Amino acid sequence: MTADAANTPGTPDTPVRVAFRSAATLAVFTAVSTLFLATSYTLTRPVMEASVRAKKMRAIEEILPPGIFDNDISADILSLDSELSPALIAPTTFYRGRKNGAPAVLVVETSARGGYGGPIGLLIGVRADGVVTGVRVTEHRETPGLGDYIDLKKDKNRKNPWIRRFDALSFDARPESEWKVKKDGGSFDFIAGATLSPRAVVRAVRDTLKFVAEHRDALYGAPEKDGAAAPHPQPQGDPS
Amino acid sequence: MITRAELREIFANGVWKQNSSLVQTLGLCPLLAVTTTLINGAMLSLATLLVTGLSGFTVSCLRKFIPYEIRMPIFIMIAATLVTIVDQCMASWLSEIHNLLGIFIPLIITNCIVFARIEAFAAKNGPIQSFFDGVSMGTGMLWTLVVLGGMRELLGNGTLFSGIESIVPSLSGLRVFSDGYPGITLFVLPPGAFILLACMIATKNAFLARRKAAEASR
Repeated sequence: MTADAANTPGTPDTPVRVAFRSAATLAVFTAVSTLFLATSYTLTRPVMEASVRAKKMRAIEEILPPGIFDNDISADILSLDSELSPALIAPTTFYRGRKNGAPAVLVVETSARGGYGGPIGLLIGVRADGVVTGVRVTEHRETPGLGDYIDLKKDKNRKNPWIRRFDALSFDARPESEWKVKKDGGSFDFIAGATLSPRAVVRAVRDTLKFVAEHRDALYGAPEKDGAAAPHPQPQGDPS
Repeated sequence: MITRAELREIFANGVWKQNSSLVQTLGLCPLLAVTTTLINGAMLSLATLLVTGLSGFTVSCLRKFIPYEIRMPIFIMIAATLVTIVDQCMASWLSEIHNLLGIFIPLIITNCIVFARIEAFAAKNGPIQSFFDGVSMGTGMLWTLVVLGGMRELLGNGTLFSGIESIVPSLSGLRVFSDGYPGITLFVLPPGAFILLACMIATKNAFLARRKAAEASR
């Protein structure tokens, strides 16, 4: 395609010359591509961030009864970077709902370890009195049609979906030994052939509720922080 | 000049004769992974269609400036830039679909059909023909993935068009079979896609063989 240039009399087409020309062409193309990508990124980033926030708020509102909080729950955040238990993968983020300034509800965003297809993203709503308002699987790679019934949208049992087993439960309502799937001697049912997914979810919900119960005051009281600098509530920080 | 017959030929090539999924069997990895529902298959195809169309157009416009020895890295850069832009746009305005398709949008860059068309067509033809060739190839992929995704969704879950509400909020998916339909898990999993794709290829081949036989006996 550069045959014309190569055949121009008087300019011997040495390998070095060809190499330099190729490098220059490639550099120009790279620069132009970079410019396009930077423009596209700058234009789409605000929209992208807004849609991520909106999606998170929709998911939070879905597991909370209407009117339970009156603050800006998406901004009242506490994020812990350490692993709260072996069943949970860091970070764990707490969205703190308050009504008239008093603790009302915590929405815990965390990931369960031990899913068949890797981490299982969870959103767990816990009222200030310890009662679960709802649990949702937000992200997972469990086997379609087999282990994915932990995801409300994929559960074929529409009348009584599995993930609703946690609704209205609290950590104290059952002895800790019963917070397991039936196969492990607990009280949570599961679908035969797909034990790993519900087992991971039950353990993660159990440990989350236990942590929330033990550190309730510290979680609501800690200054608002998002990210690495968040103070970790003392393990024995609950004075009650 | 571009004749109508020429465009018709390009279209027939993309949609049927050189169908990327059924004839060239390119891009099977995303095909297996995303055709669990009709909408997923359609959206990935549309994203691919945009990339094949725009990359064909761009390469064709710039083909005089691309030295032969380094055409590959330049083709890759052009296609990758377009894929990234499509990916960012989908993440912004179709975020739910983008979540569902996940890694397969950026992975359009690895779909051989993109480079096959750049190298085999856009590097040698005009911008309009090249754009149309890319769009035709994408259309061929689109109908194949819609049929495959539709069959898998119907047999696997008993639904059709599920997920359409994330594109057009006023619409909702159809529940074709009753709530009690257990669903055939095989068709949701990748082997089911292989089986159904093979059935589609076999049907196409049988159809062509029959037509050939009819022509020969005439």
